[in-house]
Amino acid sequence: MSGALLLAAEGLACIRGDRLLWRGISLSLAPGDAVMLTGANGIGKSSLIRILGGLLPPAAGTVARHARTAMVDERHALDAHLPLGQALGQWAAIDGTGTAGVHTAMDRLGIAHLADVPPRYFSTGQKKRAALARLIASDAPLWLLDEPANGLDRDGVALTEALIAAHRAAGGAVVCASHLPLTLGEAQTIDMAAHRPSETVS
Amino acid sequence: MSTLLRLIRRDLTAEWSSGSWWLPVAFFLLVATLYPFAVGTDAQLLARTGGGILWVAALLAALLPVERLFAPDFDAGVLDQLALRGLADESVAAARLLSHTLGFAVPLLIATVPGAALLGLEQETWQRLVIGLAIGAPGLAGLSVTIAAITLGQRGSGALGGLMLLPLGVPVLIFGAGMLDPMGSSAMLFLCAASLLLVAVTPFAAGAALRAARER
Repeated sequence: MSGALLLAAEGLACIRGDRLLWRGISLSLAPGDAVMLTGANGIGKSSLIRILGGLLPPAAGTVARHARTAMVDERHALDAHLPLGQALGQWAAIDGTGTAGVHTAMDRLGIAHLADVPPRYFSTGQKKRAALARLIASDAPLWLLDEPANGLDRDGVALTEALIAAHRAAGGAVVCASHLPLTLGEAQTIDMAAHRPSETVS
Repeated sequence: MSTLLRLIRRDLTAEWSSGSWWLPVAFFLLVATLYPFAVGTDAQLLARTGGGILWVAALLAALLPVERLFAPDFDAGVLDQLALRGLADESVAAARLLSHTLGFAVPLLIATVPGAALLGLEQETWQRLVIGLAIGAPGLAGLSVTIAAITLGQRGSGALGGLMLLPLGVPVLIFGAGMLDPMGSSAMLFLCAASLLLVAVTPFAAGAALRAARER
């Protein structure tokens, strides 16, 4: 747990549609760290993930990312009309990581046999596996995972846990929001409910 | 910069392989086919008004791709992934503008050949039409890109886009059709100005709209 921080966020708050969802969240991630976000549906886990990724401005506070970031949410973000191998290859080209990483990633997720099939024919679980393949092929040190286990079968969930563990062992860091139980080993947990404003404040 | 080039190539390939380029072309030619049915087959009348009707058809054709320009990438999360990689929304919009200009203008210019033949335009009129469309089409493509970004994620975005795009396209239409007049040489300069303005504004207007759609 040493070395420079990959992500530091200070005093974050989130307002969606004139409603204060949560406030007072600070977190920092060094290589090997993981943060688990827990809480009921609609409590603002996805919003926090998007704020950490710089996709949503926080209502208050600052986010400093010091590493390349990869995100997986409910959408696979792959060209649905292209064969999976090419669709992943486009991101690999943009990330400058090369096609070897794409094949390794597809192998790792057990979808190498789908390389010639466009993602629009995939099942929900296969789409999620494709998104996770995009994640590891990106070779980014910081992972933002929004419900990574949704739609995955039991093997897929175990595989996701193994991927996260391997990523942390290699010096990566993970922020993971999940309502399904995921075993992350030693990890900080942020219970979003504790950061909800009291009724009088809102 | 190389990311931008890759993005342009990706957009162009998508435009080509998804076949979305032929939709405006088919519409354009359909208008040219229907017009004589509506006003009769008086060759003189068709030759005199045909250039103008092709300009109207081109403006309306610019409306068709609006729903396909950003919505699929937005829904699939591709735009989020690009933003996550630090690519400016203005760059994404500029890349889309360039690829859509090529994907829209080139087929449209080729379609003027059968279009002019269907309406019996004189060769001189056709030449002025082609030059005018070559100048105006980038502006119309820019308008499509901007409106596509502004209506992103809205319900009924197609109808809304039409209401917003068509009035904004009027300057291009006026000066483009004005160029068809042999005496209208100053119309060409105004057409250049109108098209240039639309092209120059597009990356910033569309970029801001993409950011707003993401942060909604």
